Amino acid sequence: MTTANYDALKVGDEIPSLTTEPVSRLTLALYATGSGDHHPLHLDQDYVRSKGIPDVFAHGMLGMAYLGRMLTQWVPQEAIRSFGVRFTAITQIGERMVCTGKVVEKLEQGGEKCVRLELTCANEQGEAKHKADAVVALA
Amino acid sequence: MLIDKKHIGMKVPQHSVHLTAWQLKWFAKATGETNPIYFDEEAAKKAGLPGVLAPPTFFFCMDMDKEHPFDYLETMGCDLGKMLHGEQSFVYHKPVYAGDTLTFDGEITDIYDKKNGALQFVVKDVKVRRQGELVCDVHSVMVIRA
Repeated sequence: MTTANYDALKVGDEIPSLTTEPVSRLTLALYATGSGDHHPLHLDQDYVRSKGIPDVFAHGMLGMAYLGRMLTQWVPQEAIRSFGVRFTAITQIGERMVCTGKVVEKLEQGGEKCVRLELTCANEQGEAKHKADAVVALA
Repeated sequence: MLIDKKHIGMKVPQHSVHLTAWQLKWFAKATGETNPIYFDEEAAKKAGLPGVLAPPTFFFCMDMDKEHPFDYLETMGCDLGKMLHGEQSFVYHKPVYAGDTLTFDGEITDIYDKKNGALQFVVKDVKVRRQGELVCDVHSVMVIRA
């Protein structure tokens, strides 16, 4: 079902999902280091309270990185032609991210056989945080 | 106050980034990456790669790798405390590796609002090149809340 093979894949097939550890303040500190994004909205509780926000929250790009990990666990990164995300809700401290994806289209693009995937990063309750899509070239 | 649309077409000053294995190692740790081609030089070489591979979303990090990554929003008079990341996308042309030096040329390509100005959107498109060769298109939409 989930083999990354163009002929074997059908619209509606799901790719292997990825579930993360709960997002902690340490996760956000590490992500700030790894990404270089030190915006205080993700790190400094005093700052966020001064802006009327109850607590720090995850970098949107952390969720996109998790979606990227799900993709590169399924296909080599070189196969990814495009990858886009809309950030629809904020990820709070303590939430575990559940990344899923399914084939929504088989297409030819630039002379290559590709599939378009619809991807979702949600919490364990199923609330979508990011909706994404990717086009992946397959043999 | 609505952002002046005269800023559409504004060029973001070019910056360049020398990509290091050290930085990629920290990104891999932060994202829970387990595939060593993303953090271990030896593993990357064994896999036939010229260096540690930059993961798909790392182009955004490198685009932000400058003293004031949102200076273009400050130029427009936006409060960065009211900023949210709305959308992010990438079109990939070539993989990039630790050891590469990349240049980033950005331009503001759209400014629009929704809900009578309660949400404003600033769109930036960036061309990423290695020695003049296009390796990635980076498309970002930042949202400014009223």
